[in-house]
Amino acid sequence: MAEKQYDWAKIAKDPRFIELHHKKTAFLFGWWIFSTVYYFLLPIGAAYAPGLFKIKIISVINLGYLFALSQFFVSWALALYYAKVANNDFDRLTKQLVDELQ
Amino acid sequence: MTFKKIIIATTLALSLAAAAFAEPAKDAAAPGAAPAVSAPAPAGAPAVAAAPAVAPTPAAAPAPEKKRELKANKAITLTMFALIIGITMCVVVWAAKQTKTAADFYTAGGGITGTQNGWAIAGDYMSAASFLGISGLISLYGYDGFMYSVGWLVAYITVLLIIAEPCRNAGKYTLGDILAFRTNPKPVRALAALSTVAVSTFYLTAQMVGAGKLMALLIGVPYKSAIIGVGILMVLYVVFGGMTATTWVQIIKAGLLMSGAALLSVLVLMKSNFNIIAFFESVVNNPFIQDHVSKMVLKDTGAIMSGTEAGQRFLEPGLFLKNPLDQISLGMALVLGTAGMPHILMRFFTVPTAQAARKSCIIAMFIIGSFYVLTTLLGFGAAVNLTPQGIMQVDKGGNMATLILAQQLGADIAPVLGDIFLAFLCSVAFATILAVVSGLVLAASAAIAHDIYVNVIKDGHADQHEQVMAARITSFVVGAVGIAIGLMAEKANVAHLVALAFAVASSGNLPVVFLSLFWRKFNTAGVVSGLVVGTIASIGLVMVSPNMTYPKKVAAGAQNVITAMEKKQAELPAGASLSELDAKALATAKADYEKNKDGKSMMGLDKPLFNLKNPGILSIPLGFIAAILGTLLFPSKRSEEMFDEIYVRQNTGLGMAKAIDH
Repeated sequence: MAEKQYDWAKIAKDPRFIELHHKKTAFLFGWWIFSTVYYFLLPIGAAYAPGLFKIKIISVINLGYLFALSQFFVSWALALYYAKVANNDFDRLTKQLVDELQ
Repeated sequence: MTFKKIIIATTLALSLAAAAFAEPAKDAAAPGAAPAVSAPAPAGAPAVAAAPAVAPTPAAAPAPEKKRELKANKAITLTMFALIIGITMCVVVWAAKQTKTAADFYTAGGGITGTQNGWAIAGDYMSAASFLGISGLISLYGYDGFMYSVGWLVAYITVLLIIAEPCRNAGKYTLGDILAFRTNPKPVRALAALSTVAVSTFYLTAQMVGAGKLMALLIGVPYKSAIIGVGILMVLYVVFGGMTATTWVQIIKAGLLMSGAALLSVLVLMKSNFNIIAFFESVVNNPFIQDHVSKMVLKDTGAIMSGTEAGQRFLEPGLFLKNPLDQISLGMALVLGTAGMPHILMRFFTVPTAQAARKSCIIAMFIIGSFYVLTTLLGFGAAVNLTPQGIMQVDKGGNMATLILAQQLGADIAPVLGDIFLAFLCSVAFATILAVVSGLVLAASAAIAHDIYVNVIKDGHADQHEQVMAARITSFVVGAVGIAIGLMAEKANVAHLVALAFAVASSGNLPVVFLSLFWRKFNTAGVVSGLVVGTIASIGLVMVSPNMTYPKKVAAGAQNVITAMEKKQAELPAGASLSELDAKALATAKADYEKNKDGKSMMGLDKPLFNLKNPGILSIPLGFIAAILGTLLFPSKRSEEMFDEIYVRQNTGLGMAKAIDH
């Protein structure tokens, strides 16, 4: 057990840690709720608003098909957006904090 | 030592191939209709097996010209199988040399890169059900199959945002490591291990039975030989190569799967000159699809549809997924359950940092998502090129659609290409099965060896050599048990097991992992009550759900056949008797009725108590409530004090070096 011992409680009260924590919590849970709501609109819409899903948009391709397809693109876009924010913002804040502690 | 391993590996690979080659005589004797009867349920699409069997009525339908059969060319297929076995065995030998410590065995020493891990996650996750089942659903039910596939990708948002990075930073090898961090480790580890073993066993059984049936159908290897062959390979990968070999088997599989799907999609689109709109128009205007849909709708609602109306209906929801509540319940189990799957969680311990965990999750999302988008093309492409009627002749659940499509589109170019392409896709299915079962065996043995043996029995005092030995012996035992269960479950109804695995992962594991990471007050009592209630609630609800077999229902179905046949007989002119086929159906129905009329389900029920196939909508809240109540009833000061440590660790990665070097 030769590793460095940290005072976890002290780090937890560090203003920079609190800032990181607030930013992360808001981002992660906010977007998680968004993606979950967006996803559940699909089975709920298909069951309770089938008329909407049947509207043809391009030739025979209907709104329901495009909506299901959009789920994939929304998930990918969210993943990339998260990667960008985390790589720039969260990682930078974390690094500042960790560098100072070591 | 290594030399000895090579010899063992080669011998086993050869004997497996030999066993497979020795079978053709038996297969030729089997009646041609056999494949259609033994509806395989390549696990994962619980819905597939439960699909309402729409009987093809040859008289009225514009029947496809000839009865379809799926026959893989044995020589080509087995050569490709041997190639996969050969390559993966080289990987095992190489991996075995690098596996010296427990960290090597469970997490490949944390030395997998983000990109590699992304491919491995995709390989670990996409089972034969994703590969064959979903495109089959689309080929028979259109839009609903596509909608069904969406949840399997969206599930990764939860993994990415909530679970992957904190677990990488706070964990070590297993689910138990995360949960035991600030609780009383012994009971928590023991329970976490039990839950991991339960989830893995459910999933593994479904995979093994699916594998056996698939191999029997594709290349005519008997069910039992297929299970033993797959089982031996899986044990070799895990016991000798640990996580390193498992990871590479999964990467190879994901690569094969994606190339197969991409190639086949190009062939499908080529038929419409790469015009997506023309492709969908060809779906709507296909007379066979129109006929297939109008029969389904007629049976359901009695409505009569015109041709193009019926074709358009194929692109609209409601042909297959008819119970919205069940749909939502399944969605909840997927969105929360994937993040609670021990074999998926374990993958995040193989990368060195939280950044790599993030990257691997995003790469996995792109691979998995692209695969499902391509699956749509394959499913609709199969419907257009093979007709739903033709697909159902081979397998009622549509599970063979992709494979027949490959054979036909290849053969359209040159006959031998059809055989090669089919053989290639069969070997993709084979690699898929191997990759998924290996991941499951590894997760289950890590829970038993690391949590129960090393940390509960030996109090964490075991040297590296002993830990690796324990891990290898456990993997061997888990693999052997997996084979035994696979052999015993040949005739069992396994369709509900995947739903059950996801239900337990989402109602038992996920709530306690989540609360461990994010709730200050969470403690031992919370983990115990959450795990126990979540797991028991999901298992209990599935046991009384429509997934189980209810003999009285079977008897009622048989009664319908008897009535119909007797009516038919009564209408016949005097002296004439029923055709041989009808007489046989009547006899079977009578036997079925006698056998089932007084029967009860496994739980002694006449009909389901809980009317959803997926219990998530009820069991997930129960898991959360139990975990919260347990915590509040038995507060623990120590757990609260230690929250700062786990919270700082999971956010910053401080103190993680310990977990890697150990």
